[in-house]
Amino acid sequence: MTSQNTKTEMLSGAAMVIRALADEGVEYLYGYPGGAVLHIYDALFQQSKVKHVLVRHEQAATHMADAYARASGKAGVVLVTSGPGATNAVTGIATAYMDSIPMVVLTGQVMSHLIGGDAFQETDMLGISRPIVKHNMSVRRPEDIPYLIKKAFYIAQSGRPGPVVLDIPKDMTMPNERYPYQYPETLKLRSYNPTAAGHPGQIKKAVTALLQAKRPIIYSGGGVIMGQASEELTALARKLNYPVTNTLMGLGAYPADDSQFIGMLGMHGSYEANMTMHHADVILAVGARFDDRVTNNTKKFCPHATIIHIDIDPASISKTINAHIPIVGLVKPVLAAMVAQLEQKKTKPDSKALESWWQQIEAWRSVHGGEYQQDTPVLKPQAVIEAVSRITKGEAYVTSDVGQHQMFAAQYYKFNKPNRWINSGGLGTMGFGLPAAMGVKLNYPDADVVCVTGEGSIQMNIQELSTCKQYGLAVKIINLNNGYLGMVKQWQDMNYESRYASSYMDSLPDFVKLAEAYGHVGIRVTKPEELEPALERAFALKDQLVFLDIHVDPKEHVYPMHVPGGAMHEMFLSKTKRT
Amino acid sequence: MRHIISVLLENESGSLARVVGLFAQRGYNIDSLTVAPTEDATMSRLTLVTHGNDQVIEQITKHLHKLIEVVKLQDLSESAHVERELMLIKVKATSNEQRDEVKRCADIFRGQIIDVTAKTFTIQVVGTSDKLDAFIEALKGSVIMEVARSGVSGISRGEKTLTL
Repeated sequence: MTSQNTKTEMLSGAAMVIRALADEGVEYLYGYPGGAVLHIYDALFQQSKVKHVLVRHEQAATHMADAYARASGKAGVVLVTSGPGATNAVTGIATAYMDSIPMVVLTGQVMSHLIGGDAFQETDMLGISRPIVKHNMSVRRPEDIPYLIKKAFYIAQSGRPGPVVLDIPKDMTMPNERYPYQYPETLKLRSYNPTAAGHPGQIKKAVTALLQAKRPIIYSGGGVIMGQASEELTALARKLNYPVTNTLMGLGAYPADDSQFIGMLGMHGSYEANMTMHHADVILAVGARFDDRVTNNTKKFCPHATIIHIDIDPASISKTINAHIPIVGLVKPVLAAMVAQLEQKKTKPDSKALESWWQQIEAWRSVHGGEYQQDTPVLKPQAVIEAVSRITKGEAYVTSDVGQHQMFAAQYYKFNKPNRWINSGGLGTMGFGLPAAMGVKLNYPDADVVCVTGEGSIQMNIQELSTCKQYGLAVKIINLNNGYLGMVKQWQDMNYESRYASSYMDSLPDFVKLAEAYGHVGIRVTKPEELEPALERAFALKDQLVFLDIHVDPKEHVYPMHVPGGAMHEMFLSKTKRT
Repeated sequence: MRHIISVLLENESGSLARVVGLFAQRGYNIDSLTVAPTEDATMSRLTLVTHGNDQVIEQITKHLHKLIEVVKLQDLSESAHVERELMLIKVKATSNEQRDEVKRCADIFRGQIIDVTAKTFTIQVVGTSDKLDAFIEALKGSVIMEVARSGVSGISRGEKTLTL
């Protein structure tokens, strides 16, 4: 690999793993020890640069690392043992893969000579993880460890990010066998060289199309968050005065308080966002992938629109919806180039057309506008999220699990900054919220970190309350407890004549006592008037985890909701109203 | 439509599994697949025959490109190319009449008889897949005992190459 001089340090494979992580700038490693990784854990013990966080279940380690990556933009790192340790990490790897989150997962493996022989705690982790990773590799020679770790980070963090698994057989980490260590500073692969800047001709075409638009919309997704291009997106949108909608993954890329923001789009998107999309003549899609939860029926999708699509991944372009002007590249430089071109152009957007377009959008805004029943004797989940948004001034890191509470959080929390909204959008992983909040809190100890969850999801990783105690992770858990698997129930109400097959969460624990049993503070809220004081108290307790068990209306549904098989503009607006 | 896609692949363990896995995972078809190292031992060349509409083929090539170990690829069927497949076919040939008939047929297809026993002939035929299909069809009167086909291999005509 590189020339070795006499000063080259000699390290064991295990020591090289930890040293390479330190040289990569890794502060925290999330994991769980076991037979195959004990040499690595021993090396970890003998240094202080890389700190280890012991979770209670490997899935939580992956979500912690994942959430750190979503908040910081840098790859999170996981260390688990072979066999069950590795398979427990699978859900977390798939979660990161679906949302294009950079992550490096080090999995232990049985000794090389035992591989393939059904040894104790052996699983073919390369085979298992192959469809849910950006790449995976195994260590064949201990001296390759620094190179392979560099390669793992490089692949995970460049291009369209994603998780990388590095499988390490135990005999690659023997403490008494030492090899020269040198961490490569850069890396070049002949078979992997992702495009960065977009094609200038395509960018020019896109700018021209944008300026000719009469009914434009900017539709931005998670790519703008991970691509750290929120500033460029905002600059472009303001320059043009065009409406902006964000996907579930893209919330916060454009400030929710801004008047040009028309809310999230898609299955549970705002009425105005979906209407604006459907009637648009030019759609600028940035770092978004026309997911089925956005488009509804692709055959009926936005029939009048010329589609400009900026994405780092060529395979995302024209996958479900044909792009008229595709631009492959990192969203940040592409958007910057578009802003620069607009500044030089004499042509301005058609202000007259834009004026009537905005009038139309304002009219749509007044149709639904996120309304829900006020002054009810039972708490409405939407009201809880609004209160949390108010108290934290839209600046908290909000993680969520999956279900109705996730949609309410996406709809009613006003995300004004990128990287603050952390949820499993692609895979829809229940059990994500609490470990995700932990991963953020550990790395941003001074920030307010809120986990919006439900009584179903929280129980999928509730054991992590113990990890929170160990590391003093003072997250605030907003448990929207309606006694049902809310989203399942909603579908059963709408499609199965309210036959609640296994959606009722009978025998719920006393969450307040449970929180207390783990050494935390538990607060129960059952009446609307108790909400504000409880939240005030919870956020005032800076150093403590507070579990707010908030009893909300079990009958509430999430609206708007796309009519199945319909176009973007076909929605249910309440239990009795539809478009 | 039928497409022949040639791929230069890092010759690493698991890289073939990644290509095959991609097709299985995303529901693409593989009609045939051949793979072997090239003159450069660090690289394998894989030739894959698939079919699908333009949109599917575009997705296939894009997803293949995304695999970290894929160095380069080319859709051979997009331009002039030569394609060949090799087939070994074992037929029952006991009577003189049968033996003569099989021999004649093999000659017509420029096949070579590469193994002979008192009861069998094994013939090697090289050509396009269509030609091999036609040979099997022509032998319908005989008893075919076994067929082993290599899958298609191909290369561009003229100066065009798929190399680093």
